[in-house]
Amino acid sequence: MKRKKPEGQITKIPLKQRRRTFTEVSRGFSLPEALKEACRCLQCKEPMCKAGCPAGIDIKEFIRLIQEKNYMGAVKKIKETNNLPGVCGRVCPQEEQCQLYCILKNKGNAIKIGYLERFVADWELEHAVQYRVAHIQQQKPTKVAVIGSGPAGLTCAADLVQEGFEVHLFEALHKPGGVLVYGIPEFRLPKHIVNEEVDYIESLGVAVHKNFLVGRTKTIDELKNEGFKAFFIGVGAGAPKFLGIPGEILNGVYSANEFLTRVNLMKGYRFPEYDTPVTVGKIVGVFGGGNVAFDCARSALRLGAAKVCMIYRRTETEMPARDEEIENAKEEGIKLRLLVSPKEFIADKKGNIKGVRCIKNKLGEPDSSGRRSPVPIQGSKFTIKIDTAIVAIGTMANPLLLQTIPGLELTSKGYINVNDNYQTSVPDIFAGGDIVSGSATVISAIQQAKLAAKSIKDYLSASGA
Amino acid sequence: MKILTKEILAQTSDTRITKIEIEAPLIAKKVQAGQFVLLMVTEKGERIPLTVVGNDPQRESITLIFQEVGYSTKILGTLNIEDSLYALVGPLGHPTPIKNYGRILVIGGGVGIAEILPVAKALKEAGNVVYSILGARTKELLILKNEIKSYSDNLYIATDDGSLGQKGFVSNILEKILKEDKDFQLVYCVGPVPMMKVVSNVTRPYKIKTLVCLNAIMLDATGMCGGCRLIEGGKVKFCCVDGPEFNGHEVDFDELMHRQGRFINEEKVSLRKLKHKCKLDSGKKK
Repeated sequence: MKRKKPEGQITKIPLKQRRRTFTEVSRGFSLPEALKEACRCLQCKEPMCKAGCPAGIDIKEFIRLIQEKNYMGAVKKIKETNNLPGVCGRVCPQEEQCQLYCILKNKGNAIKIGYLERFVADWELEHAVQYRVAHIQQQKPTKVAVIGSGPAGLTCAADLVQEGFEVHLFEALHKPGGVLVYGIPEFRLPKHIVNEEVDYIESLGVAVHKNFLVGRTKTIDELKNEGFKAFFIGVGAGAPKFLGIPGEILNGVYSANEFLTRVNLMKGYRFPEYDTPVTVGKIVGVFGGGNVAFDCARSALRLGAAKVCMIYRRTETEMPARDEEIENAKEEGIKLRLLVSPKEFIADKKGNIKGVRCIKNKLGEPDSSGRRSPVPIQGSKFTIKIDTAIVAIGTMANPLLLQTIPGLELTSKGYINVNDNYQTSVPDIFAGGDIVSGSATVISAIQQAKLAAKSIKDYLSASGA
Repeated sequence: MKILTKEILAQTSDTRITKIEIEAPLIAKKVQAGQFVLLMVTEKGERIPLTVVGNDPQRESITLIFQEVGYSTKILGTLNIEDSLYALVGPLGHPTPIKNYGRILVIGGGVGIAEILPVAKALKEAGNVVYSILGARTKELLILKNEIKSYSDNLYIATDDGSLGQKGFVSNILEKILKEDKDFQLVYCVGPVPMMKVVSNVTRPYKIKTLVCLNAIMLDATGMCGGCRLIEGGKVKFCCVDGPEFNGHEVDFDELMHRQGRFINEEKVSLRKLKHKCKLDSGKKK
């Protein structure tokens, strides 16, 4: 099956520049482009797009405000429901959400809602009129702790502070933003955008505590004793998955988390100006087919690798990454080695990786994910020469915090069990995002965090807080 | 994160061991023997792990001791009293299991002596009979002798050049002790990886439980990146969350040494940068 091209064409920076710098690839809409795009919107009487937005943004209305050139109004409209428009406008898979439901999609050209969202977010930043919520309700003396400052934590904190609670946001790393700062690379999501949106949430009154590892620096029980009445855990699925094949400990084999953290959070691509190194060899193999795998591959290329290939056990059709990212990667010259499974990393005399032994697959019956499963072809073993490997086959729950909370029920895979209200087995602890659902998207974390924030509000008002 | 006190514990022409006391009220309250913190000197700095050597909840401070050996520790060594770190998080890692084992041997080599100090203290207070063996390249680099002595029933010293104690390695002393007296229930050892490897090899035939405290290259130190993975008992472990202490009889030390050299070329680049910076600084003073 051939993949459809992403709808429409957005200006990107020149390919030559793209392959060697971390500058954002997509330029987004200029003002005239945004106006033109907004004016294509039919302003449906009963718009379907909103139903496709996990954050429930009033899409029709914000586009109408763009049509009226009321960009500030459009920002306000989005921020009524989504506190991270600059982020979501860039990394949401709109083609599977709002834009999938756009009536114009039937004519082959859905409104580019994501780019319009990004446009208004960037417009606000550029015009330095940081929108402050005018009517923050009377501050309640009730303290809520939000643990983890990724998309879920930021959203939950922002929603609760706007309800008037005293919100404290705890982050173990030295910068807030979670996966938005350590995971998603600059060329897809510039860090100044994340910083601005975090600053905005801080400006609403959220107290951010960096370098604070809840469970170790202070336990949840200690925080309870200090008067915290409710907790939201949004720590993501932070532990790396490895392939579990021989040679995975060789020098030159990175987990995606390590590689991306070195590149993004620690700015390893600017070594030695920044002190943390990140190295790639001449031929890099990336294992996996999701957005993270593509982020790794495209980062490796930008770090100077001569050749980057992605090794994936199914075909392009089954790859979970966004079409747009697959397209970008191909344009940049990244090769896809499909229907291939790694079996063993091979070392050179010095104990560095020099290749990977693989086996070829064919597609079999669909598995539990609904995608056709890879079936190994007997006797098809072969070797691919690589001197750097990046394992990007997903993440799992990090037990570090969870094991410090007595009575917290987990699923068989180690994620947190929640009820329909995102409440855990410990009544005053709520959770959302990847630590509940397993690795998913930024927007699904935001959606869960919004629902959890509402539940926390209900829980606190029921308990008289 | 402010530096409250600073002291040079040892200095030779090519290296320096420095002790700093840092304001860290929350960590000071929480930290237990064997745990570490992770710090950044500047916003552009590396995240480096260091064992907490001491803590004072009243003064709301922790004490770190480090050898200025690589780029980041050299930068850390340039900080003075009143300077602040950019980031400090902890306490991290499992604490040392403290109980009355009976008779124990604590072994420290080089700056590793600093790391055995809190453990020797805690184990002594738990009622153990403590034998200590300290080793260093030369007399000037043998730190904390008196402090360790105060928690030891017996203290032995080895230096590579024989300038203090016995000439040779801690493992030579260990072998001699064990030949005469095998009645030890725990060996706790921190030092350079080759030393920990040899010590583990010496204790193996005696089947004495041997804990080594390892310092793999870390990034987040919360189990997120897997960069610090090492092999214990044939299984991959993360030094940061599974350790930092491991069973010396089961650790693949050769592999660990190899992984510690992952960024050896980049380290050279950084050190050159430091030399350049020093030259610029000294130029300014003139």
